[in-house]
Amino acid sequence: MFDVADEVVLVDLPPDDLLQRLKEGKVYLPDQAERAIENFFRKGNLIALRELALRRTADQVDDEMQSYRQQVGDSAQPTREALLACVGPDPGADTLVRIASRLAGKLGCEWHALYVETPALQRLPGARRQAILDILKLAQELGAHTATLAATDAPLAVVAYAHQHRLAQLVVGRSRSSRRFPWQRPFAERLGRLAPELDLLVTARNDAPRRAVRQETARGDKEQGSPASLLRGYVAALLISLGTTLAATPLLPYFDLANIVMLFLLAVVGTAVKYGRGPAVLAAVANVAAFDLFFVPPRFSFAVHDWQYLLTFIVMLIVGLIVGQLTARFRYQAHVASAREQRTRHLYEMARELSGALVVEQVVEIGERCVEASFRVKARLLLPDEHDRLPPPPVQPGRPKADLSIAQWCFDRNAPAGIGTDTLPAASRLYLPLKAPMRTRGVLVLAPERQRWLLIPEQRRLLDTFAALIAIALERVHFVTVARDTLVKMESERQRNSLLAALSHDLRTPLTALIGLAETLALELTAEQSPHSEPLTAIHQQAVRMALLVNNLLDMAKLQAGGVRLRKDWQSLEELVGAAVRTLELPLRAHPLRLELDPRLPLVNCDAVLVERVLANLLENATKYTPPGAVIGVTASTEADRLIIEVWDEGPGLPTGREQVLFEKFTRGHAESAAPGVGLGLAICRVIIEAHGGEIHAANRASGGACFTFTLPLETPPPIEEAEDAPETS
Amino acid sequence: MIAATEPSLTILIVEDEQAIRRFVRAALEGEGHRVHEADTVRRGLLEAGTRKPDLVVLDLGLPDGDGMDFIRDLRAWSGMPVLVLSARIEEYDKVEALDAGADDYLIKPFGVAELLARVRAVCRRQVRDPDGATLIVFGKVSVDLERRQVTRNDQPVRITPIEFRLLSTLITKPGKVLTHRQLLREVWGPAYVERGHYLRIYMGHLRQKLEADPTRPRYFLTETGIGYRFCLS
Repeated sequence: MFDVADEVVLVDLPPDDLLQRLKEGKVYLPDQAERAIENFFRKGNLIALRELALRRTADQVDDEMQSYRQQVGDSAQPTREALLACVGPDPGADTLVRIASRLAGKLGCEWHALYVETPALQRLPGARRQAILDILKLAQELGAHTATLAATDAPLAVVAYAHQHRLAQLVVGRSRSSRRFPWQRPFAERLGRLAPELDLLVTARNDAPRRAVRQETARGDKEQGSPASLLRGYVAALLISLGTTLAATPLLPYFDLANIVMLFLLAVVGTAVKYGRGPAVLAAVANVAAFDLFFVPPRFSFAVHDWQYLLTFIVMLIVGLIVGQLTARFRYQAHVASAREQRTRHLYEMARELSGALVVEQVVEIGERCVEASFRVKARLLLPDEHDRLPPPPVQPGRPKADLSIAQWCFDRNAPAGIGTDTLPAASRLYLPLKAPMRTRGVLVLAPERQRWLLIPEQRRLLDTFAALIAIALERVHFVTVARDTLVKMESERQRNSLLAALSHDLRTPLTALIGLAETLALELTAEQSPHSEPLTAIHQQAVRMALLVNNLLDMAKLQAGGVRLRKDWQSLEELVGAAVRTLELPLRAHPLRLELDPRLPLVNCDAVLVERVLANLLENATKYTPPGAVIGVTASTEADRLIIEVWDEGPGLPTGREQVLFEKFTRGHAESAAPGVGLGLAICRVIIEAHGGEIHAANRASGGACFTFTLPLETPPPIEEAEDAPETS
Repeated sequence: MIAATEPSLTILIVEDEQAIRRFVRAALEGEGHRVHEADTVRRGLLEAGTRKPDLVVLDLGLPDGDGMDFIRDLRAWSGMPVLVLSARIEEYDKVEALDAGADDYLIKPFGVAELLARVRAVCRRQVRDPDGATLIVFGKVSVDLERRQVTRNDQPVRITPIEFRLLSTLITKPGKVLTHRQLLREVWGPAYVERGHYLRIYMGHLRQKLEADPTRPRYFLTETGIGYRFCLS
């Protein structure tokens, strides 16, 4: 009941006050109150009830706050709720990730999972590193943003990350204090000291699977690195030790022992730089032994006369160990830094090269080359054809073969597939969609040398960045092409229009003068009753015919050259028929006209000038090819999603078998017809109607006469606001 | 015969083709009008300023500029009627000219009779006192602009406020072509200039109510692709 309440009002008062009110009889009648106090309203119960009420109300308020924030979309505020789960090498990290996910779900906030790889962790056996990667992947599946950072100091890196992403709550596992380094504080405590302003959630440790993992570790340790190379390091350390001893022996008479020690220290540093920590430790120990044996009197014995040399040995050993440790760490960081630098450089180089690419082929070549150079993979770019199908690429040696159906799936869904993804993880390739802002531009197919390698989230993210860069480059090239095509089209249209305009002007101007002058003269001569008036009238008529012909030819040229450009608007058919009839007022006088147009016909979205032209041409044909007195009619009806218009007559009808040929250019029903015209009218009609997405055809009516039928597609007209237009009552 | 009843006008022809100028002049002078000629935009504007004609017949394609420039320039200081001659193949040029303030148009090639009819229509508009007439009668319909009443066959016609606005806009400018944009702006407001469907619907209503045969209108004529014209004859 509580949960469905829209509003909750909390009336709160301390239990003692309530009891007092009960006793005063303000809630129940006095005798009822007495019983109630004894039975139910004991103080303990009241306190429990109060707690329940307060807590439920608090929850309710919390929910309201949350939903308010979501409504407002207030993301600019620091996300105080966001969680950061710190994934460590300790077992039970998966539990930690699940807890973090659950918490984030409850809070309705986003969460991150972070793994900081320190040099120590870097040396972990492959199996355990894999386990950590799996946990990160699990986190990603549970909806976390994951990241792997390389740093020497994990807590520092975690705090920096939290600040950078404005994460206020850290979730860490309770770590046991290190057995090897008992002086080191637990991870959580160090975090707390570094960033007292962050909330810290320490989860319970789950020790159960620890043993299993440790066994694995033991196995894993053996697997790590190749034994030969490891052995070589240690052998080299011994050899360096021996060499130092041999080199130092001739110096013994000339140098103080304290200075000879320096040589041995130098050897340890050299070993550390060249072979890493283990050999350095060995070298340190071996050097101390060698120094004792060969240089400290009594020579050739481990016994020491002068006790002060013990200090020398200890310092020598400690310095050797520390130097070895530091050098190894430095080596690791240098390695990480150079790897990072290399990746950045690859990314930068690809971005630079892509920015210069002008055609799709260039983008493909650069993309494949750069991805292969930056990752240990074979890469292949698949681009869709104009029907959004990925065509099979030509087989090239050295290029990975791709499963087209997976690639197509990846392209259609705009989601990655293959290794390390949710879809077909068993495939031997990774398929990444090339997502550009407007749409997916293709698929990047990757065949890695080692599959594990693509599973690292960092690498995947970097790959995604590469894919995005390539996609943007493809999109840019696409739009460059589109822009160029449009420009060419516009230019050719402009040229065509100016040519037609010039032609129209040059042809019509003399015709105008001819018609006008002939008419004026004819009027004058007729008034004078001159015998020349008749030929002059003929000249006038021929000029008018010529003008009509020029009009038709120009219109046909305009319509045919590069498609018809429609100026569509919502038109009323009744109006268009009315206008067409008016232009043919004179020839139509000889014919009874039957217009059957329902005033409730829907508006039709079309180019008014052109459709009027169609109607006028059809009506004109009817007047030309029927004897005077024959009925001419226009009928309109709607059918599903189209308007059907019929222009019919009761004349002699069309020559059978030639109904469709009529719509060809320069075709006339009867070749030797006396009626004027060149057979462009119907061709123009067909071009116009087809441009509108309609059909036009001709047939003979059963009751005699011809019937031209055309259709126009019907769409839903825009609404009309008629509310303000109430009829006046007057 | 016509010349006797029509007043004589001063008409300016701005046209670069001498042959066309000649026959237009001949036709107009035959009607008793005084005709001046110009062959460029610049000369045309000069003539319009000095001769103060009652009507300008303007060709849209002139050697030293567009006829549109002429209209805009002229409209800055004068409301004199302009009749546009157009040989352009695009409807749009005419619409632009009319929107800019031209009163009517003729497509080349045109006949003398057509030209004279248009000139006469313009003359009538000039003669009519625009403020005086509040009762307009056409056919069997009479419209009382002041009392906002419309009757047909002496029977009152129910008409909505918007229909009345459209009707009065059209009938107070008889013979003049009003473009879609002009009508939409005047009747519905500037926000409606792109909503052509309003005009189609309401013109349909008006014709249903006031025309004898709405499919073959006599008074509310369609200028396809351009606009409408109220024809009082």
